[in-house]
Amino acid sequence: MVFLQQLVNGISLGSVYSLIAIGYTMVYGIVKLINFAHGDILMIGAFCGYYAFLWAQGSASPVLAVAFAFLLAMAISALVGVIIEKTCYKPLRNAPRINALITAIGVSIVLENGARVIPFMGPNPRQVSIPEAFKGVFALGGLTISKVQVLTLATSLVLMVVLTAFVQLTRTGKAMRAVSHDMDAAQLMGISVNRIVSITFAIGAALGGAAGVLYAMNFPMINPYMGIMPGLKAFIAAVFGGIGSIPGAMIGGLVMGVAETLTKGFISSKLADAVAFGILIVILLVRPSGLLGKSAREKV
Amino acid sequence: MRNERRGFHMFKKSAVLLVILAFVVALLPACSATSNTIAIGTIMPISGPVSTYGIQSRDASQMAIDEINAAGGVLGKKLQLYVEDDEATPEKTVNAFTKLVTQHKIVALVGGLTSPCTLAIIADAQKRKVVLVTPSSTNDTVTDAGNFIFRACYNDSFQGQVMAKFAYQNLGAKTAAIIFDNTNDYSKGLKDSFTAAFTALGGTLVDTESYAKGDTDFNAQLTKIASNKPDVLFVPDYYSTVSLVAKQARTAGITVPMLGADGWDEIANNAGDEVDGCYYSNHYSPDANDQQVKDFVAAYKAKYNAEPNALAALAYDATYMIADAIKLAGSTDPDAIQAAMMKTNKKFVTGQISFNEKRNPVKSAVILELVKGDVANKPKVVYNTTVNP
Repeated sequence: MVFLQQLVNGISLGSVYSLIAIGYTMVYGIVKLINFAHGDILMIGAFCGYYAFLWAQGSASPVLAVAFAFLLAMAISALVGVIIEKTCYKPLRNAPRINALITAIGVSIVLENGARVIPFMGPNPRQVSIPEAFKGVFALGGLTISKVQVLTLATSLVLMVVLTAFVQLTRTGKAMRAVSHDMDAAQLMGISVNRIVSITFAIGAALGGAAGVLYAMNFPMINPYMGIMPGLKAFIAAVFGGIGSIPGAMIGGLVMGVAETLTKGFISSKLADAVAFGILIVILLVRPSGLLGKSAREKV
Repeated sequence: MRNERRGFHMFKKSAVLLVILAFVVALLPACSATSNTIAIGTIMPISGPVSTYGIQSRDASQMAIDEINAAGGVLGKKLQLYVEDDEATPEKTVNAFTKLVTQHKIVALVGGLTSPCTLAIIADAQKRKVVLVTPSSTNDTVTDAGNFIFRACYNDSFQGQVMAKFAYQNLGAKTAAIIFDNTNDYSKGLKDSFTAAFTALGGTLVDTESYAKGDTDFNAQLTKIASNKPDVLFVPDYYSTVSLVAKQARTAGITVPMLGADGWDEIANNAGDEVDGCYYSNHYSPDANDQQVKDFVAAYKAKYNAEPNALAALAYDATYMIADAIKLAGSTDPDAIQAAMMKTNKKFVTGQISFNEKRNPVKSAVILELVKGDVANKPKVVYNTTVNP
């Protein structure tokens, strides 16, 4: 029974990581850039959620409050994502990949420390006031799962399906796949690469913002540095599942969450982070392209 | 070609000179020390996870300084408080302390606030002979560094004992579980003293779980604890983390009372129904029936429009302690102030304070209870009992 409950805990935690990982993997899949600032987009989304819930505090409908939080977070995160892309990543599009990687780390640091000095974000932790209807648990035969955890799991699954459908079935999705195959050839075919990359970042950041709102609902203490650890773990999840593959990110997140929780529950809580990063090392040694990733062979 | 290179070289040289000059000019203000003020430093976490403690402590110290100056100052001079923010991060405390000592030449320090931060600077304070009075660091090893380190609060060994006794005797708990932060000396110290005292009384520790600083998900540990069915759960950490732990504990099905220590101060403003029926030890109760407490609370409310928490009261006492010691010493000579501090024996806002041979005061603790408040989801703090040493 305890094992099953820990499994439930692991899957809930994992679905949070999955949601963040989906944003990571999408951006990488199209632009081949690991956006290390994704964890901080999560933080921005969380702060938007905080303010949305604060302003919606008197409202009668909790569903509306959550929808408002999502809308606000996704809109502002998408905006921030596009601004970052246009100012920091676009100038480096033809530079070696490591330049963009280092820039991403720089953007991450700027966002964290910038949030510290902005007065309405500030360095102090804030408590998020979740609508009453979302507090509380479902008890199913001895197992407890909180309402927020159910919402998180549901949202991750829905977003995964919607995103895969978008990328596979729409024209813009086709354009995104073309850009990811060969940027120059796509341009020759008449695809506006700038527009596609901006859309990619906007969607990726919007996903990060949504993940931020759900993270804030799960763990209602937010602060400017909250995105670092989840961002890192989600990055590992994305790599584990195959960076570039959306179902891979989902699986990777769940595996990370379950591994971390089972380690804390049955081995030792001190080893939990070690196990998480150990997974990264193992997967890079054994199958670097990840579980569902394509092993790209260089044809010489 | 040759001339151009020389020209650039000259430009580089003068640019470097300019930068050096700029640095010197920037440092000039620090060199001027006024000889008609006595410099007292304070290092507080004005921002970060325990900022409410830091802000109130700083404000209380400032209030004490203002009161002392209004009454004529010390040795005919005014006291000047220099404030540094360490964000409850030990590395920053070290930098703050160095800055205060070298730039402002403080004779005494009210700080640090959290035990890990104080532990980072005590060796240096002892070496430099700066009287350090920590208002609120309760970890036992803080005063081990030497005879210039004092504290205004009780120790964790006492606090852990108090909570263990309260759990066993007042709440009738036979079994207990602990969930603590094993990267924080404050949390570790409390876990050790609670475990020792609880088992000595006859209780059993059914589960001890840990997490690291910055963790937000405790469901795994709490599920394990819930399956062991303790009578109470001890959570010795600061209010920002405790609020997360408490929420997840209730979700995991832990309905028993949770106990805490002085790090829970301000929990009522940072948590909701999940902490109803919980207890924590603290340094004073703002609604105590004591004239000194009433005067302090009224003055603080009038000046800062907020109710002072326990750490504010301790910072206030620590500042007064230092001022009194300097008066008694008759000079700002470090050894004289140190000797005068040892003679402290007075009733302050947080109780009668006199130092034992390890420069720790022997004081009482109050136990506060969190009950359902009048406003939904906002618990109220009520005084439960006082435990004497």
